[in-house]
Amino acid sequence: MSLFMTLCGAHIRLAWRGGQTVLAVSFLFIAVTLLPFGLGPELKLLRALAPGLLWVVLAISLLTTLDKLFQADFEDGTLDRLRLLPLAFEAALLAKLCGHFLALVLPLILSVPLAGLLLNIDGARLPLLLAAMVCGAPALVMLGGIGAGLAVSVRRGGLLTVLIAMPFYVPVLIFGAAASQAALATGTALWPYLGILAALSAATILLAPFAIAAALRVAQD
Amino acid sequence: MAESVTFDSDTDFAGDAFLRAEALACQCGGRVDVENLSFNLSAGHALRLAGANGSGKSSLLRQLAGLLPLAAGSLAHPFTPSRHIHYLGHDDGLKAAFSVGETLAFEAALAKTDMAVSLLAELGLAGCAWQFVGDLSAGQKRRLTLARLLLDQRPLWLLDEPLTALDARGRTLVEDLATAHLAGGGMIIAASHEALAFATQELRLGAGA
Amino acid sequence: MLKALENISAHYANPTRFMALAAKWHAPLWGLAALCLAYGLYRVAYVPDDYQQGATVKIMFVHVPAAWMALFGYSFIFFASVAALVFRHPLGHVAARAAAPVGAVFTLIALVTGSLWGQPMWGTWWVWDARLTSVLVLFFIYLGYIALWQAIDEPTRAARAASLLAIVGFINVPIVKFSVDWWNTLHQPASVSRLARPALHADFLYPLLIMGLGFLLLFLALTLTRMQMEILRQKLRRRS
Repeated sequence: MSLFMTLCGAHIRLAWRGGQTVLAVSFLFIAVTLLPFGLGPELKLLRALAPGLLWVVLAISLLTTLDKLFQADFEDGTLDRLRLLPLAFEAALLAKLCGHFLALVLPLILSVPLAGLLLNIDGARLPLLLAAMVCGAPALVMLGGIGAGLAVSVRRGGLLTVLIAMPFYVPVLIFGAAASQAALATGTALWPYLGILAALSAATILLAPFAIAAALRVAQD
Repeated sequence: MAESVTFDSDTDFAGDAFLRAEALACQCGGRVDVENLSFNLSAGHALRLAGANGSGKSSLLRQLAGLLPLAAGSLAHPFTPSRHIHYLGHDDGLKAAFSVGETLAFEAALAKTDMAVSLLAELGLAGCAWQFVGDLSAGQKRRLTLARLLLDQRPLWLLDEPLTALDARGRTLVEDLATAHLAGGGMIIAASHEALAFATQELRLGAGA
Repeated sequence: MLKALENISAHYANPTRFMALAAKWHAPLWGLAALCLAYGLYRVAYVPDDYQQGATVKIMFVHVPAAWMALFGYSFIFFASVAALVFRHPLGHVAARAAAPVGAVFTLIALVTGSLWGQPMWGTWWVWDARLTSVLVLFFIYLGYIALWQAIDEPTRAARAASLLAIVGFINVPIVKFSVDWWNTLHQPASVSRLARPALHADFLYPLLIMGLGFLLLFLALTLTRMQMEILRQKLRRRS
């Protein structure tokens, strides 16, 4: 357990020092800022679209952070280190992904209210949107991790990671946006949607590390 | 000033440690390079893998470490790679964004021990605690990678070109560490194109094998 | 039955034997495919016009079998990848790699014909109909798979990574289908824009099945040819 925390903390520190957190949050705001230029500044329209737009921008921002996930470790020999720890390789990877979530995804989610402000989002719906994101974002991280693991040996494989991960994101986005819309429509229970998102996240947290470990072993063969 | 090394009582292999390899092969990118390598190693002995660069020494070490599946042959030893083997490869495994002190603290945490204050001095990095790894010289970085050997006592060391980029002081450090390790009943397999003072056996790979 | 299959696949795991078999089957397979498709198109030409959609309903006879082949193609890749990674069958990677572009092209055909079919009805070239959307996502799955093969330089590593992706991605396909179907019911489009298939009575069913069979034979013929090409290419590479 302490090894898990050590690895998690190390990844958080590295992500923070590498400026990745600032980059990711900046990307989120840039993307949100571009939207009214494309859609027009009409506040009513933006308010109606805001939850869905924020989900998509969150997913895309997450995708941009993925290529730094395993590539550095792959290139400098840290991956060998992780395989030769008393901790199972899958658990070590899960520790890294937890660190990734805490260092990068949580700040993104915490930026959503401010970004939503730019899109004139309805303040009453914000907590529910955030709850849906917190339930669904772990799934996005895990699935993105699978893409990152498969593309790790490819130089400049960022776009490849995005292409691989994108079909996996579709179900999560569908349920996540549905949860946000349910937050909009009064009288629709939110819990089933949060439940589905949480179930997706739980399933990916359990299963994705095995797929990622297999992908990294293939890359090192 | 490396002390003699003793192992945890529950992983005490002194005297029982052994490694038997039969008919191993090296492979590089799906191609099998050198075949039918066999050797026996017992506690307190060190094997040097000699051969030109590209003769597959690294892949052999990685197979011994369990990082690559065995290309051929069989391996018999009582070790669990994740607990009993140290593998020091080409790459440092160091993070440039960490300071030396943080790296040592990280290594100590991975080894589940406390970091001894004397560790910096032993590695010849006294006074460098606040320097970032990215600012160290190549020799200093290689010395830093040796930290895990001091912090975590594991019976089998697999070293890939341990003397590269090291100055005379670094080489002495490696030889001292190795000698102390062997004296305590450990085993070392090192790939090196230079002669190693502590090696008791030698295996030639590549042309002339 | 299973044992017989095992023996057959083990027998043809040897590339030389497989090439001999492929050479024997090559011409007949293409011939059958051509015949089947010709007959299917002939039958389709005589299908009566749908009372609602007119003659454009005949695009369905290309769209639906193409969509079937899109899904079949990915299942083929999945089973070939399992054979390659889990059972270490030597031809598994070859088969998967050969089938990928074929499946991708069928997916593209399904998308284009779907768009063409719907245009007279909807007035637009695309709607986010449940099936079309699922097929679009499937197209991206194919693209990602092919891109992974291309991106990794070393052939064995590329093969293994791609097979891993195929296996993991296969679990995703039903999840995507389910979630896209559900998503479509959530957002009921204002007008009726579903690609409604006319009632499948005999006049429509038999030509459809014949076209389906023709497409299947075409898929197999293309994949077999590509497998032969790939094995020959590997032989050349080894010799140089």
